[in-house]
Amino acid sequence: MIVGDRKPLAEIAEMLQPYNKICVLGCGACVTVCLSGGEKEAAETAATLSIWRKKEGKEVEVSSETMLRQCEYEYIDELAEKIKGYDVILSLACGVGVQAMTERLSDKVILPGLNTQFFGYPLEQGVWTENCLGCGDCVLDMTMGICPIARCSKSMLNGPCGGSQDGKCEVSEDVDCAWQLIYERLGKLGVIDRMDPVQPPKDWSTSHHGGPRTVVREDARVETTSEQA
Amino acid sequence: MKQPASKLEKVLKSGHFAVTGELGPPKSADVETVKHHADEMRNHVEAYNITDNQTAIVRTSSIGVAATLMQMGLEPVVQMTVRDRNRIALQGDLLGAASFGVRNFLCLQGDHGKFGNEPGSKNVNDLDSMQWINAVKRMRDDNVFIGGEELEHPLPNIFIGAVANPFADPFEYRPYRLAKKIAAGVQFVQTQCIFDLDRFEKWMEKVRELGLHEKVYIMGGVTPIKSLGAARYMKNNVSGMIVPDALIDRLKGAQDKKKEGLNIAIETIQRLQEIEGVAGVHVMAIAWEEMVPEIVERAGLYPRPAVD
Ligand code: SF4
Repeated sequence: MIVGDRKPLAEIAEMLQPYNKICVLGCGACVTVCLSGGEKEAAETAATLSIWRKKEGKEVEVSSETMLRQCEYEYIDELAEKIKGYDVILSLACGVGVQAMTERLSDKVILPGLNTQFFGYPLEQGVWTENCLGCGDCVLDMTMGICPIARCSKSMLNGPCGGSQDGKCEVSEDVDCAWQLIYERLGKLGVIDRMDPVQPPKDWSTSHHGGPRTVVREDARVETTSEQA
Repeated sequence: MKQPASKLEKVLKSGHFAVTGELGPPKSADVETVKHHADEMRNHVEAYNITDNQTAIVRTSSIGVAATLMQMGLEPVVQMTVRDRNRIALQGDLLGAASFGVRNFLCLQGDHGKFGNEPGSKNVNDLDSMQWINAVKRMRDDNVFIGGEELEHPLPNIFIGAVANPFADPFEYRPYRLAKKIAAGVQFVQTQCIFDLDRFEKWMEKVRELGLHEKVYIMGGVTPIKSLGAARYMKNNVSGMIVPDALIDRLKGAQDKKKEGLNIAIETIQRLQEIEGVAGVHVMAIAWEEMVPEIVERAGLYPRPAVD
């Protein structure tokens, strides 16, 4: 899922300074699951914001709403009527949701209430880790399921650097060395020789480095280009 | 057979126990101190490693200082990390350095940017160290850039180096990592600072078992410890470094810590000379460069062989 983290209230209050009718809009997808931007967080954020503004002597009308997914036009269209009267929408969706809303409701101001963090999953209750960078050319087959691009601090493809110690990455005791994990995993599966080949430089053009990406699935399109032509 | 690329390669090839020093460029464009240190050890080392924004701290570039050394008639080993440059910049800089005579290159991953004075920087890591070693070899031997295009003119012979860390984990994998670097094209390696000789010897045992010492020149890394604080710092704060308690105790017990630190370094070098498969020593006396001549002399490595 996409993991996010709510922005500090002071920052939110600052960006909402010019507005007086505010809707805090939660999203029912990833950010609900990672407890940063769902219905509950939207209500909490709205309440705290209202108190904050009151204290500042600049009272404001704040309410909260939640929709299923801010990243799909279909759901956005359903919501449009409801949020008509607000000066601003503070979206607690990820950056994708904020932008889909902006695109679809172009006369509305949609501001981000979250810092979108990464693609990851919860390790335990309340702890999420980054697992995938969306590089566009998955290498999990090579490493048997542990991503060196996302989980090695240096995105190395040919084994551990000299900073790996006691299973931890040189950047922090809190980060496992991905290559230690890969080494152990390949050993356990009896394919340790996968460590041996010199992996060539990665083609990063399939990732964001190739410019913003678009995926086109002709078979899934309603109107194909040929029909339009 | 190709002629050796550099004096360093010549010395190693001739079977002499080679000595390299290390120079850390300054956080300014004033390289007078570096020049001074280089001069101090000019008769005691074959070549000088010049660090590349070491520990991710901004400094005069390795290639910049290499130019200064070349003007002084000295031989640089240009360190190039993959941390700060993508493949375009790396390849271009290698050509640039080779164009004014640099022949020794050391290909490294580099410490993570978070440790330096620009913790907010982007860590490039377009290539990893293995891929960079291989890219240099391919430029030299196959006359091609990474992308497949040919160089307009062949490179002069260059001597490809890397690092090896017998003290990092997973320990059992480390000799195989060296084997992989050899497969990628490395010709000489310098190791992480050796304080735990037992572990180093264990690593060398495996290295010999795999026959790697016959395929690559292995230079042991030695750093004289200046103080108890420095030893403790390295023990506790530097990932991939092992400082045994016995060494800390020995320093603790010594009246004159500096003298003891030097003694330890010298003894280490003497022991390294006894180990089969160790081809030389890389002395990293950063901020203590003036001691290099004494260390080399007392370790029995002076005068240096004449190879030209
Ligand atoms: S310690 Fe491990 S995870 Fe960290 S940069 Fe090195 S190889 Fe990658």
